[in-house]
Order: sequence, then structure tokens, then C-alpha cells
Amino acid sequence: MEQNTYLLELKKMTKSFPGVLANDALDLKIKQGEIHALLGENGAGKSTLVKMIYGILKADSGEIYFNGKKVTINSPAYARKLGIAMVFQHFSLFDSLTVVENISLGMDHQSSLKQLAQQITEISRRYGLPLDPQRHVYTLSVGERQRIEIIRCLLQKPKLLIMDEPTSVLTPQEVEKLFVTLKRLAQEGLAILYISHKLDEIKALCHEATILRLGKRVARVCVDEESTSSLAAMMMGEELQAFQHPQKMNPGEVRLGVKNLYAKASDPLGISLKNINLQLRSGEVVGIAGVAGNGQDELLTVLNGENLSLEKGSIEIAGKSVTRLNPNQRRLLGMASVPEKRLGHGAMPDMDLSENAFLTAYERMKLVHKWFINYSKTKRFARSIIEDFGVKTPAIEVPAKSLSGGNLQKFIIGRELTQKPELLIVSQPTWGVDAGAAQTIREELRELAAKGAAVLVISQDLDELMQITDRIGAICGGVLSEFYPTAEMSIEKVGLLMAGVKLNEELQDAA
Amino acid sequence: MLPKLQLVKRQTPSKAMLYLSPLLAIILTLIASILLFLIMGVSPLAALHAFFIEPISSIYGLSELGVKATPLVLIGVALSLGFRAGVWNIGAEGQLILGGIFGGATALFFYEKTGFYIIPLILIMGILGGMLWAAIVALLRTRFNANEILTSLMLSYVAALLLNYLVHGALRDPDGMNFPESRLFSDSALLPIILEDTRLHIGALIALLVVVLGWGLLSRTLLGYQIKVIGDAPAAGKHAGFSQSRIIWITLLMSGGIAGLAGAIEVTGPIGQLLPNISPGYGFTAIIVAYVGRLHPVGALLAGLLLALSYLGGETAQIELKLPVAVTGVFQGLLLFFLLASDVLIQYRLQSTPATPVVKPLPAAKEGGTS
Repeated sequence: MEQNTYLLELKKMTKSFPGVLANDALDLKIKQGEIHALLGENGAGKSTLVKMIYGILKADSGEIYFNGKKVTINSPAYARKLGIAMVFQHFSLFDSLTVVENISLGMDHQSSLKQLAQQITEISRRYGLPLDPQRHVYTLSVGERQRIEIIRCLLQKPKLLIMDEPTSVLTPQEVEKLFVTLKRLAQEGLAILYISHKLDEIKALCHEATILRLGKRVARVCVDEESTSSLAAMMMGEELQAFQHPQKMNPGEVRLGVKNLYAKASDPLGISLKNINLQLRSGEVVGIAGVAGNGQDELLTVLNGENLSLEKGSIEIAGKSVTRLNPNQRRLLGMASVPEKRLGHGAMPDMDLSENAFLTAYERMKLVHKWFINYSKTKRFARSIIEDFGVKTPAIEVPAKSLSGGNLQKFIIGRELTQKPELLIVSQPTWGVDAGAAQTIREELRELAAKGAAVLVISQDLDELMQITDRIGAICGGVLSEFYPTAEMSIEKVGLLMAGVKLNEELQDAA
Repeated sequence: MLPKLQLVKRQTPSKAMLYLSPLLAIILTLIASILLFLIMGVSPLAALHAFFIEPISSIYGLSELGVKATPLVLIGVALSLGFRAGVWNIGAEGQLILGGIFGGATALFFYEKTGFYIIPLILIMGILGGMLWAAIVALLRTRFNANEILTSLMLSYVAALLLNYLVHGALRDPDGMNFPESRLFSDSALLPIILEDTRLHIGALIALLVVVLGWGLLSRTLLGYQIKVIGDAPAAGKHAGFSQSRIIWITLLMSGGIAGLAGAIEVTGPIGQLLPNISPGYGFTAIIVAYVGRLHPVGALLAGLLLALSYLGGETAQIELKLPVAVTGVFQGLLLFFLLASDVLIQYRLQSTPATPVVKPLPAAKEGGTS
């Protein structure tokens, strides 16, 4: 019986959503103790597939065998009963409760908090996941929060653990620790389905890989027999051109100057900015790395004028003090900005593309004439964005929410770049965007700098920052690190900055 | 265990249905009314005829429809502007009453005087009265973050009591044998009639003008755009640099001002004096008008005419079929109920889920997501 050798076997899983075939007759096999990568670009159908395994979505057709037996998984509770556990990319934790209280809430079988705390300590010691059960969640870092989710899963004694892009919120050092834990778990016989599009992680961690593209399985490979570039080629269907490292430009005049800036968080669980000092010159791309939730949003909204309630400090754009100017007044001085959240912040979900084009551009593009909107000019502007930036949409009259994440991002970036800004502040420019489009966006940011603009990129994607920036620093707990020339930095050093360590201190410690 | 019914958001709600939903609601309301009439032992055919056909089968009936529709359309447009911005002013009734008080008091001030300026002045005072009442709501919302639904509603009752107090006191007709009514306004303070031998007054034209202005504002101007952005995605508005509190102030002052105008038009038009009660709930019915009209000024015009008909029909049904006057309210309530229900089912669909409880909350993988 061949089926018995596999813990989980999927046969011809198919799922369609209105307009898309998300999964097209996918097969997948995982053995006990195997770390199996599910590799694919955004939109390849990875999440859909695991949601069917975990009982969140129902397949249109296809069969699932677990331990050789055919099963129908119609709820997460049943999946857990079978021994399938899942760590989501977005945590579902209550900030104001302690670790043990949070874990107790998610348990299918209740046990006393004291007993549970004991179990948590036991597991955390055994697998190298340090975690104090009595701490409140809001005091924990993202990495620690992820440990709660992992421990929550391990408490159920699963046979299969599904992890959905677990490293996107971690520093490189935390990633390493996580991998040690995962390898240990696999040695003990746990099967792990590891979802990612980061190739080096998969090379470092996984045994086998199933590669998806546009809802179809393109290959099942043994990871050790493949190179990073051959995996990439299978994932994307074509070899990506290597990114041309930026030509060195002599930085010109100061486009953005921030001095001793302090800003209190408006949200009680938000991050207050402390003593921010920053200078951007024309022609350079500066990167700010950091783990999510360390003050990136707060920094962006203070710099672009959405949040004007500073405690102290000053902001200058093109030599003029803008500390009290609102976003539109700053735009007239040459600023443009792209927030991390697309729907609801960068764009209005229910309004159409020409209305969305108008949002930040009407001052610089002169789309308003004496109170009245010049609609034909706005439509022309929207059409030029769609053409120049290759936004895939049937028409400009469709609501923004009908565009895919990557297309909407291209539209928003296009809206800002078409205005020819002299200072661009962008957060997470390629988050959730497929690799091809991400590459285009990165090239466009570089090109903008080459034309003489100053570009500030706030991103959690370290590879991206290493690739496109001239100088790099990190934000941790609302404090900005020193900035260093990217060429002199390694991923590990930036990782230390992301954890709030000062580099020269570290060097002293080592000496 | 029985399967649970659950509302699941539709990925692409049908655009056509969004506009057809008022029609669907009207049809469902008619079916429900027929059932209701059957239960009450009245011939549905006769009742529907009395309700919908008879009131508008004469020129006079049509003119009365215009009279009733005027305040409904005015306030319907006003509320649409606010609702578009996500400002839930449901106290237009109070703003209407304040407009009536301010306009009425002005009319009484110019008692037995003549002048072309009197009527414009009355209308402007009415607008100011309504604005004043709405300004309280705006202040409480922007300064103290007090929910405008509650404050505007509660202020409606204050306004009604204020009017009552005034017609029992300061504004009472000195020769009125202590009836709680003001003097009848002089002719110079009454709105000109535009159709002879009817009560159809110039206010109906003002309402049409407000429809056109409201339409232009929403579809053509920067302010209208800002209103729509703040209503759809406040954070995006902030990103652009629009001030949410400015939009709250503007929409509340506009809707309060127009409701006040409607109040002044009512007292100087069909009523002609101040009474303890100057509105049969126009301010509340206008909420239904705004929604049935899909928060669009032209839609508000059509919906205003329909709801006006429900007032007239209620009266006819009362006279001819001895039905209780509450029939009007029931009809309006059914219409709003079916409209909201249709809207929900256009946005969501019903799905039966297995009875097993889902413990783990689903991840919020809506935007961007992973794969």
C-alpha cells in the first residue's frame, strides 16, 4: 500500500473562486518527519490549498488522505482532531491577556490555567522556545508572539504543522532560532508544511518542495538537488534578470531633514517615536528596516503630514519647515508618500480608479479648477498610470477593491511617481506583490532617485532593502538607529540594528 | 444539531441589484401590505386604490403630493450628503422644527408689515435655526467624540418641547383665547402659490433647486469628492490631507440648514402659523427617503415623491376605508425594512454551516494576503 507511507496525501484538489481557478487539480504528499515547502509567488494558490487542508475552505473536488485514510475536513476543529495544526501569518491574540490565558482560549479541551502554564514551560524548554506563560501579550515582541502560536499548536500534539510565511515578521536572528526548533520537531517525527516564497529559507530548511504557479503544480522536487535560481525559475516560469545594483550617485541637496523629533502614539498600543534624526539628499535611496509594529506606521504618518501632533522636533522638506503643514501642503513642496496599507489608506476600496487617481494628485496635477473637478483630465491621468505602469484592469470605472493586491500597488505607486516627486516616502513597496511586479517597482524607485529625487523606503523585507538602498538603518521600538552605507552592511548587522543593538557596542563586546 | 445560517460576504455584489433594490423593496412592501389588508378584512384592491391611485388622480391631488414631497425631498437630499460622509444625522426633525421656530418668529416679527425682503429673510432665518441645532451636534462630535446618532436624535425631542413652550408662551396669539397657536402670518410672510387654487407653493421649486445643487456638489466638486472619500475610507482621506472634522462640520451645517429651510417653508407655506406640531415626522421619514434614493439627490427626489404618496394615501385610506392612520407608518416601516433586507442580501449571501463551533478566529487575509 503506497498510500500508507505518506502522512498526508492530496489528490487533484481543485478550488475556484468567481473569476479565478485558484487551485487546479493539485497533488501533494508529505511523509512523517519531513519539512515540505509549498513554494509559489503571491497568488499562486498556496493559501487556498492550506486553507482546504485546515478545513477553512471546502474544495470543489479532490481527495484528502490522512494516514492512508480518506477524510473530509470540513472545519478547523476537525482538522485539529486529526492532528493538523496551523500557525497563521496573522496572529489571533488578545493583547491585554497573558500568554497562558491566550493559549487557554484557543484550546479545544479546557484544562486548568496552572496545569496549562506548566505544559507551556515544559514545551518551551524542550524546543528552545523561551516564553514566560504569565507575561502579557502586549509586552512581547512579534517573534515571541509567534512562539505562543507555535506552542499553542504543539500542545495539541499534532502530526502535521502548517506554517504560513512564518518568517515575514522576524529578524534574521529570530529566523535562525525558529529553524533550529523546526528541524528538531521534524527529527521527532512531526511533518511540517512550510509555506514561503523566500528561496534561501527553503534551501536552508526544507527537504522536499512542491512548487505552484498560477494555481497549478509545476514541480515536486528534492530541495537539495536544486539551486536557488532553478527554484526561482520554476516558481516564476522565467529567469528573472538580476537586479542591476544602483549606480553610485553623488548625493545632492537635502530634501528631507528631521531633527530631534518626538511624537506620542495616538493609539494606546501604538509606538511613540523618540528622538528621530534623519537626513535625505537628492539622488539617494535610504532604507529603514524593522520588524512590523516598531513604529513604521507612526514614522510614515509623521513624515507625510497625516499626524501633526508632534511633541517636539522639526521636519523640513526642501529646506522649508513643514512641521505644521498638512499632507497636501507638503505635496506641493514635492513630497509623495505610499502607505503600507493599500485598501482604506492608500486607496478607497469602493471608489473607481479615476477617483482614486485624483486622491493625492489633484494639487500637483492641477485636476481642480475653482472648486470643480476636471473629470476628463482626471481620467486621462488615471489612464496614463494604467498604461505606464502596466496595471491590469478591465477599465478605469472599476472599484479599487476589485484589483489584485499587486495591481493596486502598481497603481498607487504609479499615481505617486507620475507626479514626479522630489521626495518619496514609501512603506512596504512590494508587500504582497508578485516577484515580477516587485522587481519593476524596485527598479522604478531606483530610477526616481537617479533622476534626482530622494527616496525613503520603510520595509520589512531585508533583501529588498539590501538590494535597492544606498544607506540603511533600522527602527526598533520607535527609536531610529544610525544609518550606514548599505555596501558595508551584512544582513546580520542589519538584524542587530532591527533588534535595537548599536553596532559599535556590539563590536566592543566582541573585543 | 441543526445547521447554522450564516451571512457570508459576496465577492462581487451585483451593481445592477444595488439600484434595483429599492424597486424590489417596493414590490415586497406591496405584497406585505396586501397581506396586511387581508388580515384587517379590507379588500386589498380597494385599499391599494385608495392608497396609491386615488390621491394622485386629480390635479389637486398631484399638487398636494408636491406639497408633502417638498420637505421630504429637501431633507432627503440634505441627509444623503451627510450619510455619504458617514455622518449619521438622524435628528433632521429637530433641525426642521428649529427652522420653523426661527422662520415663524421672523414672520411674526414682521406681522402686518409688507416688503419683498420678508420672505427671503424668513427662509434665511430658518436655515440659520437648523444650522444652529446641527452645530450643537457637530461640536459634541468633533470636540468630545459624542456619537451624533444619539445627540441629534435627543436634540429632536428638545426642539419639539421648545416649540411647544414657545407656542404656549412667548409666541402665542394674544387674541387666540389661550389656544397654543401663534397668530396667522400676514400675507407678506406667506410663500407665493405657484398653481392657482392649490396649496402648491414656491418651496417645491426650491426643493428642485436643492436637488440640482446637491447633485452638482456630490458629482462635480472637490467638496463632494471629499465627502465621498471620508465616507468610504477615512484613513485615505487623512492620507490626502482632508480634515474629517471639517467634513463633519460642513455636512452637519448643510443638512441642518436645509432641514431648517424645510421647516421655515412648512410654516410659511401650507401651515401659515406656528402650531405645537408642525411636522408629521418629515425629518424621520426623510431618512427612508435618503436610503430608498440610494443617497443620491435625484434618487431622493423620486423617493420623496413615493413617501409623500404614503402620507396622502394614509389619509385617503383613513377617510374611505376607516383604516387607522398608523397605516402610513406601517407602510413606511415595511419599506425601510425590506430595503435594508434587500441591501444586506445583495452584499451578503446566506450560507448554512455545519453545527461544529469554529474556535479559532479566521485570519484576516483580505487584502494583499499571501497567495
